[in-house]
Amino acid sequence: MNDQAITTVLFLAVVALTVGITFWASRQSSGTNDFYAGGRSFSGFQNGLAIGGDYMSAASFLGISGAIALSGYDGFLYSIGFLVAWLVALLLVAEMLRNSGRYTMADQLAYRMKQRPVRMAAATSTVAVSVFYLLAQMVGAGALVTLLLGVDSQGLKNLTIIGVGALMIFYVTVGGMKGTTWVQIVKAVLLMAGSALIVVLVLVKFGFNLSDLLGTAASNSGKGQAFLEPGLKYGATMTSKLDFLSLGIALVLGTAGLPHILIRFYTVPTARDARKSVLWAIGLIGTFYLFTLVLGFGAAALLKGDEAAKVAESKGNLASPLLAEAVGGGAGSTGGAVLLALIAAVAFATILAVVAGLTLTSSASVAHDIYNSVIKKGKATEKQEIRVTRFAAAGIGAISIALAIPAQNLNIAFLVALAFAVAASANLPAIVYNMFWRGFNTRGAVWSIYGGLISAVGLVIFSPVVSGKGIDPVSGQNLSLLPASIDISWFPLENPGLLSIPLGFFFGWLGSVTSKEARSEERFTELEVRALTGAGAEGAIQH
Amino acid sequence: MSQDTAPRDQVERHDPVYDELHASSEFIELRRRYRGFVFPATVAFLSWYLLYVVLSNWAGSFMSTKVVGNINVALVFGLLQFATTFALAWVYSRYSTARLDPLARELDERFIALEGKSSRGTGGH
Repeated sequence: MNDQAITTVLFLAVVALTVGITFWASRQSSGTNDFYAGGRSFSGFQNGLAIGGDYMSAASFLGISGAIALSGYDGFLYSIGFLVAWLVALLLVAEMLRNSGRYTMADQLAYRMKQRPVRMAAATSTVAVSVFYLLAQMVGAGALVTLLLGVDSQGLKNLTIIGVGALMIFYVTVGGMKGTTWVQIVKAVLLMAGSALIVVLVLVKFGFNLSDLLGTAASNSGKGQAFLEPGLKYGATMTSKLDFLSLGIALVLGTAGLPHILIRFYTVPTARDARKSVLWAIGLIGTFYLFTLVLGFGAAALLKGDEAAKVAESKGNLASPLLAEAVGGGAGSTGGAVLLALIAAVAFATILAVVAGLTLTSSASVAHDIYNSVIKKGKATEKQEIRVTRFAAAGIGAISIALAIPAQNLNIAFLVALAFAVAASANLPAIVYNMFWRGFNTRGAVWSIYGGLISAVGLVIFSPVVSGKGIDPVSGQNLSLLPASIDISWFPLENPGLLSIPLGFFFGWLGSVTSKEARSEERFTELEVRALTGAGAEGAIQH
Repeated sequence: MSQDTAPRDQVERHDPVYDELHASSEFIELRRRYRGFVFPATVAFLSWYLLYVVLSNWAGSFMSTKVVGNINVALVFGLLQFATTFALAWVYSRYSTARLDPLARELDERFIALEGKSSRGTGGH
């Protein structure tokens, strides 16, 4: 078998495995509690794995190790920000959310606010964050498959995007939360095992001496010691330094506002299990991000010549797969081909698990928040709600496919960072105020969500990522989203968080102090007791 | 708890049992212990993280200082962020098990007794 055949077989094995799991899970699901929250019957450990599977996207696996391989130390910021962020989720969000909500992010706001406006706002933000994230993953999938199969065909890229879209619709409509969770658990295990194997093989080459590995990476990078120091990517000007700060803040505050992460806390029986699942997730995700250090510097140290050029050409995304090939025995060897195919399949599983989580989250919010509460005023039956979720999943899937295919030719590398910025600017202020501030009310919630969302997206529209960066003189690529002839940029930072997060908090405060809502204060008493003690919280299903 | 005949989302009526629990000394103590831990801890880890980002940006020569071999202060600082994250998660887990959970359980049990019905196992079927 040649390389491509092994890769193809492993890709198909991943698809077959996840499809099988989904069918199996669908036989055990009945009502909305099953469909949206997996019956709330996962253990803390299982949910910890699933959180890892939901969170560690291709942007983490391929993107961070690639960023380290290309820009050295500066790529490591992502790893640190993505991990430290989990403390916000652990200390301030996970347990209280578990106790006060049911299926979606909006639930805990709707507990004390006027249902329809806050659900509409929260659903809008949920769909926005999820679709930004989805597009990045789907375009990544198309690029990944062609890179890994070594066939640069637009047709194959489009076919991959359609295939990934069809699979995610299938996971969600057939498997619901149970199916999605198991797909994420399997992916987390594959990702940890696959990357641990490569990390050990890299470390063996350097006799487990980290300093040697770093030294070789620095000298091969052609940048010397600067490769190991901060500043290579972001240190050039005051603007780029502020961008780094802005990115760092969005990463650390965004995670606990990502809707697809938040709804995972509903899948366990109690708040204590939600806490346990975050603890497991921190262990798992932290270990993985330590791996990215070895993978990134390992790629810089071990990939030379042609392979190093391929890594640069792929903007770093091929660093991990090519590193796997190199430590397996190099190009042309059986070991190299097998490990390359293995890591490619892991990356593919990674994308599938993340897009499934995003599709479920956004379609559940459309059905539960918009259809049931806003349109049917809370009177839809469980059956109707689930049916609408399935339609919504198909619709969101179709829209994502339709957007992802043309987006392939655009520079959309900013979308994941934008998703984090929106989560931190629109969602986190509302969640935190809601849990800790008696005076917070409907207007405050609506203003903080729309205010944060519009600030983050608006600033990005007028930032260099959308227009004004011009054409890269070396590669000839357009560095911004819009054609180089259009320049509407006036906001200097690529990451809006530095401004949009304070704005989200400000609007939440302003909306609250300019309106009075007795019910919201009265219900705060109830929410506080329920959130901290679990009294009256949704229970698990006893099967 | 969730019937298909009624609006399933939120109970609109206010449940006075919550007011009673909210005013109890146990709840006040639970909230004090919870906030007494998480507020300072959040300020501490966010400041520690921001310090790292700021030093990476504006203290290049300090961060580039070699510690041993090719391992510099920047790398040690980065790895320390991992260590403190793991440590704080572990300390919070210990703290909440010992100091928060018993009070929360007691209040939950009192809620169940006052409501005269179980809040668990009634979520669906």
